[in-house]
Amino acid sequence: MHELSVTSSIFEIVEKHAVNNHAKRVVAVNLEIGALSDLKNEWIQRYFDLLSAGTVAEGARLMITRVPAVFRCNQCQQLFEIISFITEELLCRQCPSEDIVMISGKEYHIKDMEAEI
Amino acid sequence: MNREIKLINIKEEILSENKGLADKIRERFEKKKVFYLNIMGSPGSGKTSLIMKTIEALGGRYRMAVIEADIDSLVDSEKVAAMGISTVQIHTGGFCHVDANMVEKAIESLPIDELDLVILENVGNLVCPAESDTGAFKNVAILSVPEGDDKPLKYPLMFSVADVLVINKLDYLHMSNYNTQRVMKRVKALNGGIHFFPLSCETSDGLAPWISWLEHEISSIRA
Repeated sequence: MHELSVTSSIFEIVEKHAVNNHAKRVVAVNLEIGALSDLKNEWIQRYFDLLSAGTVAEGARLMITRVPAVFRCNQCQQLFEIISFITEELLCRQCPSEDIVMISGKEYHIKDMEAEI
Repeated sequence: MNREIKLINIKEEILSENKGLADKIRERFEKKKVFYLNIMGSPGSGKTSLIMKTIEALGGRYRMAVIEADIDSLVDSEKVAAMGISTVQIHTGGFCHVDANMVEKAIESLPIDELDLVILENVGNLVCPAESDTGAFKNVAILSVPEGDDKPLKYPLMFSVADVLVINKLDYLHMSNYNTQRVMKRVKALNGGIHFFPLSCETSDGLAPWISWLEHEISSIRA
């Protein structure tokens, strides 16, 4: 259920651009979603398939790129990625300060789509 | 005949429609000088209890209303209404969070011109509400002691979007290995600007700083 509202928004944006570009069929949609999101790719695709049935976007593949959770250290400016929030300490990898700021990982972005014109 | 495949640039935020609606709600509350707060947390973390304690402390001085969101029940709104506070119930109908659209409909039945503070009690979970802007000025997350101090590790998004973290049920601390300092250190690294309020709705310990923070926010919006 959790993915449904986000997927509805994705579908509406895709449909709008398909209409504006007089697309015959949407083949693929490229999305960038931050690593902090719990949205599951499989469920986004399933809901998209349900929502897009009978529309110009039916059958489109959602290509989801996960944007890594990157932090910057406010002391030494070092950039570092957190892969597992469960096992890794939230500390700078270099200095090791706790004064850090998240600079990516919370994205919900549609980049582009491939469509038959 | 082969059709041409074209790459269409989109470059849009997926949640922009909800964000646009949320911004309109914020503007409306700002114009009316009403402070609007969104409270999120797991089922049983103490969202309703915190609201009731807040009504007890501030009900005499400020005109308040509560928007109660539940998947499908009236239990919380009945408790709040019993304290003589205007309550609107949102039934999300299976949806796991409140979005700006639901709030917009709910505030239609609130006497906004006659209010100082509106509190939204979001659906109980630490995942979905973090993704949806409700138009609130401030987002509060509640994490209670019995839930365990590892929750910021498991649900980093929630703790990175909240403006305030209330650590509730401090009265349970002595029977657990919950480490409040560890939680605050972890959350601070995720979210440098967050405010912490460790308290107990049961014993009222630690409630005063929460209440003064809220009063400060209410007066800032009126200024």
